[in-house]
Amino acid sequence: MPADSRIDEEAAAPGTNESVPGVTAAGATAPGAAAPGAAAPGAVSAESVRAEIEQTVREHYGRMLALLIHQFGDIELAEDVLQEAALIALEKWITNGIPEKPIPWLVLTAKNKAIDKLRRQQHYLTVEKQMAILDKLEHDSVDEKDEDAERYPDRRLSLIFTCCHPALDQQVRVALTLKTLCGLSTFQIASAFLVSETTMAQRIVRAKRKIKSAGIPYQVPPAHLIQSRLESVLAVIYFIFNEGYHCSSGNKLVNEEFCEEAIHLAAMMLKLLPEESEVMGLYALILFHHARSTARVDSKGQLIDLENQNRIIWDRSLIERADRLLKEALAKGNAGPYQLQAAISAIHAHAETFEETDWKQIVMLYQKLEAIRPNAVVRLNLTIALSYAEDANIALMYLDQIEDLDQLDCYHPYYLTRAELLRRQGCLREAESMYQKAVDLCDNSVEKQHIMKKMRATTYNQ
Amino acid sequence: MQYLLLIYAAEDAGPQPGDAEYAAFMNGYFAFTKDVKERGLFQGGEPLEKASTATTVRVRDGQALVTDGPFAETKEVLGGFYLLDCKDLDEALECASKIPSAKHGSIEVRPIMQIPAMDASG
Repeated sequence: MPADSRIDEEAAAPGTNESVPGVTAAGATAPGAAAPGAAAPGAVSAESVRAEIEQTVREHYGRMLALLIHQFGDIELAEDVLQEAALIALEKWITNGIPEKPIPWLVLTAKNKAIDKLRRQQHYLTVEKQMAILDKLEHDSVDEKDEDAERYPDRRLSLIFTCCHPALDQQVRVALTLKTLCGLSTFQIASAFLVSETTMAQRIVRAKRKIKSAGIPYQVPPAHLIQSRLESVLAVIYFIFNEGYHCSSGNKLVNEEFCEEAIHLAAMMLKLLPEESEVMGLYALILFHHARSTARVDSKGQLIDLENQNRIIWDRSLIERADRLLKEALAKGNAGPYQLQAAISAIHAHAETFEETDWKQIVMLYQKLEAIRPNAVVRLNLTIALSYAEDANIALMYLDQIEDLDQLDCYHPYYLTRAELLRRQGCLREAESMYQKAVDLCDNSVEKQHIMKKMRATTYNQ
Repeated sequence: MQYLLLIYAAEDAGPQPGDAEYAAFMNGYFAFTKDVKERGLFQGGEPLEKASTATTVRVRDGQALVTDGPFAETKEVLGGFYLLDCKDLDEALECASKIPSAKHGSIEVRPIMQIPAMDASG
């Protein structure tokens, strides 16, 4: 029996130790807070104070948590005491008003809670370890005395490298990042992945246990490891964005919260690693896509594909920001995969109409991408670009000779692509059966509807 | 932190005694062992005899059952181990990637469990 298993099991029960950043949980259960909707005089101001507190905690959650984790070397303890501090704050500030420097107050309160907890829970930790933490806590007077939140040491970079460590399972990297850096609740993460809150809580607890007992460090990796580790971090951020921009399952197309968190994380990475061209590339790529958000869903919530979007309503200011980032990144030379993908998005962003898209340039960029990231999905995208730069026939011939085509067996965009190419060639019956395969494999009901509509149009034209 | 690096490989994979590359392969092991010793990480490590020499013991209802062969019949078998004292998992993983058998087999990196009671008395 692992000595620290008692702490972990407690944490696995949703609702007990669930450290929502004093936002969701605190909003419902905070002691001393006015009941939501209470008509008593003063309730409105209590509500507004509460909202302000929640906002403050939410905004600084990742940064405060990263600092506490850095000091305790323990995610669970840091989450627990930060939540306790948020609850105490809610209680005190509703009566006394919000202090001028709320962040140092919260961090200090959390640290004191941690000292209490460590003294009480001696038997959970080795004496040596506990003494080391207490010593560090009591003598480490660096941060909270410095009352300017902006001048706090920012430990989020270490934390994101820990959460995205390759020794952790890919999905759990995403969950841990959303939970610690973004302060999303286990419930929010579980709903996005369509698993129960208990299942997600258990996955997160297992990961935290692994971080602790396998000795995954809380640090920015040394220079010789940073490039490979950065790739894992950027992949997690891009995954979060994609999952938000195009939910792989469920009955809505977009999860706005995930999109925003990904943008927020990309911005954070750029702030902390301002010289990394792939960070700029990823940020630009995300912004180019996000600029199309409002144009890709109609008033009934149905998907509008790139070809039929109203380009007038693409967000020009986001595109300009992305342009600047991409330009700066490309100037450093040696473009990595995110910069190449951003460059492809830039071509779409600047094409006045779908027909005017510079497909030849896009084909060239996909070929470059394929050279550094040879995989079936890149080749599938290259196929689509080829179909417009050349024609559907050439694209189909290219598609058929892809060696690792079996990798796409369960990937619905593959069947959708094949269906579209066949339809454009006039092979309507074959196209119809490919549409059907795509529909069968697609787990998102909005996209399913979209593919069915295309399939019906093909059937009708036969 | 202590880590046990378990070296798994198919016994017929990689250079065999008598192969031209065998000497270089073994020299790779000598160099690795020397390196982890010089860095102060080495706490132990040995190659094992073939899995066919293994004997497995189970005690059930007070009776010791002895069977011929390893615990699990798999193609990749435990062929040796290192016990290293590393700063963190990153250092342990970096060492694991330098073990010559990693090129044709797999290295499982397992942290040694910390037991508080033993720490306290020691």
